[in-house]
Amino acid sequence: MFFLLATVAVAAALGMLIARNPVSSALWLVLNLFCIAGLYLTLNASFIGVIQILVYAGAIMVLFLFVIMLLNLSALPELEEIEWASIGGFAVGLVLLSQLLYMVALQFELGVDPVGAEAAAEVGSAASLGEILFTRYALHLQVAGVLLLAATVGAVLLAQRRFQ
Amino acid sequence: MDVAPNWYLALSAVLFTIGTFGVLFRRNAIVVLMSVELMLNAVNLTLVTFSQSMGDPSGQMLVFFSIAVAAAEAAVGLAIVIAIFRSKVTVDITEIHLFKH
Repeated sequence: MFFLLATVAVAAALGMLIARNPVSSALWLVLNLFCIAGLYLTLNASFIGVIQILVYAGAIMVLFLFVIMLLNLSALPELEEIEWASIGGFAVGLVLLSQLLYMVALQFELGVDPVGAEAAAEVGSAASLGEILFTRYALHLQVAGVLLLAATVGAVLLAQRRFQ
Repeated sequence: MDVAPNWYLALSAVLFTIGTFGVLFRRNAIVVLMSVELMLNAVNLTLVTFSQSMGDPSGQMLVFFSIAVAAAEAAVGLAIVIAIFRSKVTVDITEIHLFKH
């Protein structure tokens, strides 16, 4: 199950990278987000998986698609010449990927024993996460609410017609 | 979980790199923002993997707040793109140089 979801996730991410039309890019990204939500479910993190579908695939990607269709964008024209900056960026990306995969391949020790599937399902359930969210992280939750309010006001202000 | 956590971390690294390539190479500002969302998702996957394998719910709380911040970032970023599109009538990031004289 993991390898199926991982393959589709990487393919969808590459599709987002390659697609010329912004709308198809957004739809590939939606597929990728659904695959990541499925991966959360294979990790027994049910709450985060549902949040991922609701917030990311539901709200954020609809916002992206709405803006793309509002601006009525067409695909940008191809660049004719290859720039040296692109080659440099490609090298930087390859170095980043090799570094990350090397760190993963080192097979480091976590320091604690991995918990079993039942304990992991208990940790990832909405009940245990809700309990910790409204006790230890209650202040953080309030701050996140203020941040979302400020972002909403800022987005409305920025997108107003008379803003230059 | 049926496979080792390292597979999840490797997948997360690959997705993060694809997001980096998107930020570096795409010229459409909206696609650049979507690539940033992809990178945020890769990091969230790492956090959930560690949180679930260590049995500590704090990592998933961090993912919860990171999703909230990503929503705020998407809203403000898209509003900026709309504001720039109103004045420049393009979303090509190579055409947008508001600070240059």
